[in-house]
Amino acid sequence: MLWETIRLALRSVRRNALRSFLTLLGIVIGVAAVIAMLTIGSGTTEKVKSDISRLGSNLLVVRAGRPPVPGSAPQPAIRPLGEKEVGALVTHLEGARAVSPASQKQVRVIFGTESLTVAVTGTDNAYLEARDWKVVSGRPFTDSEVRGGVNACLIGETVRQQFFGAGDPDGARIRVGRMSCKVVGLLEPKGYSGFGQDQDNVLLMPLAAYQRRIAGNRDIETIYVAADDATPTSVVQTRMEDILRDSRRVTADREDDFSVRDMTQIADAMASATTTMTGMLGAVAGVSLLVGGIGIMNIMLVSVTERTREIGIRLAIGAHEKHILVQFLVEATVLSLLGGLIGIALGLGIAGATSMALSIPFAPSLAVVLLAVGFSALIGMVFGFFPALRGARLDPIEALRHE
Amino acid sequence: MAEPPLIVFEKVWKTYGSGVTEVNALAGIDLSIRRGEFVAIMGPSGSGKSTAMNIVGCLDTPTSGRYDFMGADAGRLDRNRRALLRNLYIGFVFQGYNLLPRTTAAENVELPLIYRGVAAHERRELAMKALAEVGLDGREHHTPAELSGGQQQRVAIARAIVTRPTLLVADEPTGNLDTARSHEIMDLLTRLNEEHGLTIVMVTHEADIATYAGRTIAFRDGHVASDTIKLEAA
Repeated sequence: MLWETIRLALRSVRRNALRSFLTLLGIVIGVAAVIAMLTIGSGTTEKVKSDISRLGSNLLVVRAGRPPVPGSAPQPAIRPLGEKEVGALVTHLEGARAVSPASQKQVRVIFGTESLTVAVTGTDNAYLEARDWKVVSGRPFTDSEVRGGVNACLIGETVRQQFFGAGDPDGARIRVGRMSCKVVGLLEPKGYSGFGQDQDNVLLMPLAAYQRRIAGNRDIETIYVAADDATPTSVVQTRMEDILRDSRRVTADREDDFSVRDMTQIADAMASATTTMTGMLGAVAGVSLLVGGIGIMNIMLVSVTERTREIGIRLAIGAHEKHILVQFLVEATVLSLLGGLIGIALGLGIAGATSMALSIPFAPSLAVVLLAVGFSALIGMVFGFFPALRGARLDPIEALRHE
Repeated sequence: MAEPPLIVFEKVWKTYGSGVTEVNALAGIDLSIRRGEFVAIMGPSGSGKSTAMNIVGCLDTPTSGRYDFMGADAGRLDRNRRALLRNLYIGFVFQGYNLLPRTTAAENVELPLIYRGVAAHERRELAMKALAEVGLDGREHHTPAELSGGQQQRVAIARAIVTRPTLLVADEPTGNLDTARSHEIMDLLTRLNEEHGLTIVMVTHEADIATYAGRTIAFRDGHVASDTIKLEAA
């Protein structure tokens, strides 16, 4: 009997193909929007998480000066970080995998007739460890290069492409600002970050060389610390703060004049912000589902009116009210479910294309798809109920007289 | 008379509207029809014959008075119980055929069986048999648009008898047909009445159509004006 009714509903949908399609469109757009939003959203969340973990897993970042607090008094002049802090951390910090000083500046780099503005970082080999970065060809710095501040550099993929195309950069000498630098290795490509920043437009050189030839001072902007997997980053953070206060002689009555940021926490915070955003966008998209539902209700009312005579015939030959009710309810549900299925396909298609375009992971979720199916069926039932009831309550005599 | 009558009207009133616009379509009708009778109901429009037919067919209920169908107080049943009565015991034939458009003859005939919950293959079988009985074998897959008026009315009759009803209610069954087709349809109804003992209540305004019936009841202004039994049928 139910199968019979579903067949009947499908036939009625087919008979009014154009009208059914236009009615479906409301649900299709609604479901597609919800699916696309949620899928792209969860892809973005994953991307943000992986971006931040690609900065280095369990990464903690030390900078001079307190983190700016909105509304607070201007901060006193910051004392830069130096060799002393790095030394203290290397010597005393437990639970760290790597400690690396780094300073960075945008510098014009020239090779032959080509030039490119590159993020140049002065650092050491521990930087590669802390930032989970591999050298894919050539070699990392040697100890003597680091110690002596030799003009050797590691370049990112973008820099290689700009200057060498398909060629081998190894051993070439490129101009970095006013100094000449020998390329010793190529860094593994990382791609764009979630903030649209090219992470491969980089050049690394020994810190001493950077300080002498690029920055012109002995300051260290940043100290990267990678905690080992066995120690929670929050514990390492506390230890680091103690060591740094001691090393910088910050007395107990004064606040820290440096900041230690836990990138894992930032990753979590950003991921949860993205999730909230996704939820909100999904809710907005959900409104269009509601509009689609009203479209279904409208067309079902038309359908019931159009088929008043048919309802009359069915009632006359002995259909129970519930037979008519179920018939139109099933028709509305079939209609919205069909829209839901098309919407899911379309939504996943949009999400897939967008993911590709924005190079974020495509993260379809079975739960979201099932939810969409269930929700579109529910919409059919809810918005189909009133028209169906109207049909079922018709007086057979009146209905038979209807032209 | 061992068997009680199939249909009994006891002081049946049917009133439409209220106050000054009040109209008595039926004004205290008393009537009884036995199983196996072929009754023609005649009368000018507004005489109450259609109202009486709707009540007989359990489509409508009296405003006051009592209507018994098969010994049940059908006038007091709710619409779904009356739907069940119609489905089990009553077949309908209308002037305008009232077949579902774009639906094959076989599917139209199967319709009442669907509401009885008969299985698909059995439905198909019964529908074929009913179509054969009305002389339409070979037309099972035609839609109403592909059939002539007479053929459509035969499909409607097949749909009415496929459930093997006790009563057939026919509302101007020949109203849309030419004379030759009308007589074919009336021959078919007469045969169903004689061979299967099917009780038929038929509304018509054509005197020559009414002569097929064994009994003619004439309505006028909500009253029974005359009730005559054909001599050779008596």
